[in-house]
Amino acid sequence: MSAISISKESLKSIMQSKDTMVSKGVVMTGNKNEAIENVAGITKTLSIQLKPSNLSIKTFQFFKWLLPPVFGILLLLAIWTLISYQSPNLPGPLKTWHSAIQLFSDPFYDHGPNDMGVGWNILASLQRVALGFGLAALVGIPMGFIIGRFEFVARMTAPVISLLRPVSPLAWLPIGLLVFQAANPAAIWVIFISAVWPMIINTAVGVSKVPQDYMNVAKVLNLSEWKVVTKILFPFTLPYMMTGVRLSIGVAWLVIVAAEMLTGGVGIGFWVWDEWNNLNVEHIIIAIFIVGIVGLLLELALTQIAKRFSYE
Amino acid sequence: MEKVEKANAEKYVQLENVDMTFTTKKGTFNALNNINLSIKEGEFISIIGHSGCGKSTLLNLIAGLLQPTEGLLFCAGREISGPGPERAVVFQNHSLLPWLTCYENVYLAVERVFGVSSKSRESKAQLEARTHAAIELVGLSHSENKHPNEISGGMKQRVGIARALAMEPKVLLLDEPFGALDALTRANLQDELMKIMAKSGCTAVMVTHDVDESILLSDRVIMMTNGPSAGIGEILEVNLPRPRARLDLAENKDYNHLRGEVLRFLYERHAKKAA
Repeated sequence: MSAISISKESLKSIMQSKDTMVSKGVVMTGNKNEAIENVAGITKTLSIQLKPSNLSIKTFQFFKWLLPPVFGILLLLAIWTLISYQSPNLPGPLKTWHSAIQLFSDPFYDHGPNDMGVGWNILASLQRVALGFGLAALVGIPMGFIIGRFEFVARMTAPVISLLRPVSPLAWLPIGLLVFQAANPAAIWVIFISAVWPMIINTAVGVSKVPQDYMNVAKVLNLSEWKVVTKILFPFTLPYMMTGVRLSIGVAWLVIVAAEMLTGGVGIGFWVWDEWNNLNVEHIIIAIFIVGIVGLLLELALTQIAKRFSYE
Repeated sequence: MEKVEKANAEKYVQLENVDMTFTTKKGTFNALNNINLSIKEGEFISIIGHSGCGKSTLLNLIAGLLQPTEGLLFCAGREISGPGPERAVVFQNHSLLPWLTCYENVYLAVERVFGVSSKSRESKAQLEARTHAAIELVGLSHSENKHPNEISGGMKQRVGIARALAMEPKVLLLDEPFGALDALTRANLQDELMKIMAKSGCTAVMVTHDVDESILLSDRVIMMTNGPSAGIGEILEVNLPRPRARLDLAENKDYNHLRGEVLRFLYERHAKKAA
């Protein structure tokens, strides 16, 4: 009967509190046993309330999960602040922050082609990446399939791919400018040529790794080439393909900044170069963060898509 | 004409002087040497032997997944030139496609066999009915919409059997179908396979390394000598009446005699040297 080790005063407060379900009358008029049972019931509900709730455990775990990344970012800011004290030309985090607030208060202004808001510049870059990357996927994935499926094609393309793949993306820019006679298609061309390799190679590896068991099933069932591709090769290769796509989007976003610095026009890369010419260092630092965050978001989005399509 | 058909029934599947030599990096390897075998229509044949004796190679030859170096193979009077749906295979590791549900796995086979040929092309409803029937035959209707990784090993093998049977093959080829299963599940599936085979009456060739399984299920047990250059050592006729019941056979004299024969072949006359 330790459950009733409760002082009279606290019992009173329990009876008076609105949460208490037991009405005063029952305790007063009922027999002793009943009253004891009631009190035991009340203490039971009390003890449940006293335990740490599910919610608080979850919040605790959330903070435990959040702490290391927050520390990492604080460390970065600290180092940045330290360096900015040493070098007077480099603005510190606070100064950059104020500048960012000002910048993002009106990201979509348009004062002619040479002075547009940062939002327009980001969108212009994303559009180029989407075009170059989309074309690369359209070419690279089917090509990867063909290379993975046919030994002859694989051996035919191997030297070409090995030769062209290590070439720095920007080395392709002059060729693009020469062929297309315009800056914008040349930038898209650079994105295309640098994004296409990971997709070709990963898709081809995936196709060549299809287990012989599955191919035996296809042979015994006498499946048509179309069924083999759609029911066996494609589903099996999809995770490999998505790895290629993720690597490609990373490369594409990496290259666009450099390409736009050279081609000019509207775009985040050109914007960086423009701000350098204006000696607006805060904006350059902001651009670095923008490029990083957009890249991260693109990667996250594709990882989510990849998860959605994975059969495992 | 009748004579030809009768001859075909007697020699439904026929292997003539089959030789199989693999070319590997280390040189050539003669797996099978001069195999001659005739299988009657509706017969259940087991191929037993120590591992590495080429019994799976023999099955793959009948399936058409391999081409013999020398010799000829026939099925229903026609030369076997490649894999085909009239010779369905139940693979040892089930080989279900993990991204398709059990139903879709079976449907893929049904669709190919009955939904494509222009002569007797069946409607979608008919194909679906066939698929459901095949899954029901192996008792898996309740989980036909599950993916292979959601069901047990025994259930996966059942789906593999359903897929093979749904094609209404002339010959069912089983490559150690229950090898990866625990003893209890294996016994269960053996009993079910016996019932299913009695119902469908199709010819079957099963590769196994389980002596009891080979006798319980088959009409003849083909015992292979050890490789390389393995051949057919002895053929054992299993004259036990059907339907066979596992428990009755445990005490059966004939059964135990047959069992002794296979064991003596495997462990006395053709014992494998300790590897």
